[in-house]
Amino acid sequence: MWNYALKRLIQGLITVWFIATATFLAMHAVPGDPLSGAKAMTPEIQQNLEKKYGLDKPIGQQYLIYMKNLAQGDLGISFTQKNREVNDIIREHFPVSATLGIMAVVFAALGGSLFGALTALYRNKWPDNVIMLAVILGISVPSFVFAAFSQLAIVKLNGLLGVSLLPVAGWGTISHMLLPSLVLGLGTMAYLTRLMRSSMLEILSSDYIRTANAKGLPATRIFARHEMPNAILPVVTVLGPAIAAITTGGFVVELVFAIPGLGRYFVQAVQQLDYTVIMGTTVFFGAFLVLMVIVVDLLYGFIDPRVRVS
Amino acid sequence: MAALSMAAGGSDVKNGVDPASKTITISIEQEPPNLDGSLTADTISGFVLGHVMEGLLRLDQNNQLAPGVAEKWEIGETEATFWLRKDARWNDGKPVTAHDFVFAWRRTVDPASASEYANIMSPIRNADEINTGKMPVSSLGVEAIGDRILKVHFVKPVPYFAQLTAFNVFFPIREDFFKSTNGRYASGAETLAYNGPFKITKWVHGAHLTMQKNEQYWGRDRIKINTIDIPYFTTDPSARINLFRDGKIALTPVAQENLEEAQMLGWNIKSFRDGGVFYVEFNHREGRIGGNKNFRKAIQYALSSSVEVNKVIKVPGYLPGKSLFPVWLDGVDDKLRKEYPAPEYTPDTAKAREYLELAKKDLGLKTIPPIMLLSGDTPLSNRIAEYYQDTLKRQLGLDVRIDSQIFKQRLAKMLAGEFDIVMTGWGPDYADPLTFGDLFMTGNVNNRGHYSNPAYDRQLKIAQNSNNPAERMAAFGAIQKIVFDEAVILPEYERALLYAVDPEMKGVVRRVFGADPDYSYVTIAED
Repeated sequence: MWNYALKRLIQGLITVWFIATATFLAMHAVPGDPLSGAKAMTPEIQQNLEKKYGLDKPIGQQYLIYMKNLAQGDLGISFTQKNREVNDIIREHFPVSATLGIMAVVFAALGGSLFGALTALYRNKWPDNVIMLAVILGISVPSFVFAAFSQLAIVKLNGLLGVSLLPVAGWGTISHMLLPSLVLGLGTMAYLTRLMRSSMLEILSSDYIRTANAKGLPATRIFARHEMPNAILPVVTVLGPAIAAITTGGFVVELVFAIPGLGRYFVQAVQQLDYTVIMGTTVFFGAFLVLMVIVVDLLYGFIDPRVRVS
Repeated sequence: MAALSMAAGGSDVKNGVDPASKTITISIEQEPPNLDGSLTADTISGFVLGHVMEGLLRLDQNNQLAPGVAEKWEIGETEATFWLRKDARWNDGKPVTAHDFVFAWRRTVDPASASEYANIMSPIRNADEINTGKMPVSSLGVEAIGDRILKVHFVKPVPYFAQLTAFNVFFPIREDFFKSTNGRYASGAETLAYNGPFKITKWVHGAHLTMQKNEQYWGRDRIKINTIDIPYFTTDPSARINLFRDGKIALTPVAQENLEEAQMLGWNIKSFRDGGVFYVEFNHREGRIGGNKNFRKAIQYALSSSVEVNKVIKVPGYLPGKSLFPVWLDGVDDKLRKEYPAPEYTPDTAKAREYLELAKKDLGLKTIPPIMLLSGDTPLSNRIAEYYQDTLKRQLGLDVRIDSQIFKQRLAKMLAGEFDIVMTGWGPDYADPLTFGDLFMTGNVNNRGHYSNPAYDRQLKIAQNSNNPAERMAAFGAIQKIVFDEAVILPEYERALLYAVDPEMKGVVRRVFGADPDYSYVTIAED
């Protein structure tokens, strides 16, 4: 078990190194100058700036310097937020994205497994049809549409009631988090519902469930002891990547609800060619994704002894 | 749900304007990228700095120059003198001295600071030499005579210098405070010293910024509000509209697509021209079709800036472009555009076709090859680009290929000359026609089409080196005529921004330069 974990960690490190290198090369290959603004600078000023940011050195040397700093955990200073270290940006904004992401995933996982199980148990009856219709909506409508609509709905509701039921945007209290995490989790919940449904259907027609029924076990017991734990495995598998995807993919929701998460920095950095922030956030999110996959693999063995690797 | 809303502290719906605590709440687009006045170059930082700092002069509620830290000033051809007021103080109570300006200005031109705006100081003696590392920073032509007199030496006349001193690059920075921050100056609320009407009392990066009245400010009596609270950082237009609708913020920009809805809701909508001029620029480089004058004249007579503004853009307040120089610039006694009216012409398809035939003859072409039109990626630029594509096809049979790019890529392509026509614009750096006039000088870094004309350069030299207003304005008048006759660029429009204001908040000042919007003159209506 420990050997396996160690092996996965080393593989993970190699993956992260690969992500860092590929991002570095791709970023420098993109046309455009990270230092440029709407107004052109005189060549002298441009030179001073390039010197300050180390862009006057050959690209190979820049790569080596970057990797050396990265190994020491120093991600450099942002090109656009000129007085902030990328480490600080990640430290200050990742917890916000993570809080939002975890709430969204909890919501998605609970809703997904519950609704999925329901649709399977009531296959082709009205609960199945209603939920599956909602699922199709959840999968096909992008989150920015949900975000804008739910925000407008809250504005109208607040106006109607004459009190602030929920804040329209901003961050700070739990009431600020409810709506954005719901919106952020919807897509994943829809996906998990479908996954849970097909997994449950498979379980329902398996021999051991028939045996359990034949033994005369109560339906609730079969559901709790035999059906749920087996059907939920595929859901757990995708949960790790889902956490990473939701945490990194919250850009639109963060923008609409004015939430100070890291997702905004991730996307804006690419638009502004902010080299250090692109590198920092990509490497960080990459490492986070890799870590989540490893954690889930290990957890998986824990839940289902059959897949435990020797 | 009820318990949760209590937790949020939200019991009343409206708090964008709070008369009880004299607080206004607003949103900004993003975290101020850099509050170090000597280095910063963006408008959001300029907005915050304009509220918390003050230069030698400042702009008042009518956008006129008014005394700031300096109570008196004299600006001559070779030097300027500023007499500082006795009661100008930093927020810790220490006086603002002439040395604070010397320190800040030297930092701006220091090559090690790599300030993007260093070249705005080039009229000051030795500024360029220092910025290129040829002379020490101490040789900058600015000196403190005691604590309260600041003397500036010029290498050439700067008729607009008084205006520059109201701009953030010329704000003071106190040396001992700067050094006490150990290289972290302006990284947080605590690492900035304030000498303006407000001070930052809370700054949670990316999330929340609060400015409160600075009781040490010499002009504190004219500041009528206590707090400007900014708990929302978002670039999303609909989020801001919704926040305004919910009464959470006191001002919101209104995009064209929200205009109808905003009018229906009875909002107090205003329009403000931000001073920028937008135009079509040709690529005059060797081997590019834009280098041919007849071709440019053909395009000029085919397009119409008033059709563009009235039929395509359709935002109230936009002005059809007629000149490189916008309407608000001052001339000798009146507005420049009154003294030197923009050349009048009417779009004329027949004339355009004649010019195109001439162009074909000049170039020895039977048909004009497809034209690359470089444009931005906003919905508005797309609409305008399609209007050009359609008009040039119908009137001149030209094939226009639209190359829509995100901002940085468009800049890169402009710089590399990978276009025939580009849709671009210019926002002024200071209130003098020169900020527009020098754009198409031979070798100007912002002259992306590489236009070069000795007659233009000659007029510009007059404007740059003279201190005589009549002579300078005549030169700008001549430049305006050259730009039209040669069709150097085709003016499109002068931009307007729409915004809605909470009726309880009065006195918001919109500015072409400096902090915009400026909330320091705001009063809150009593119910």
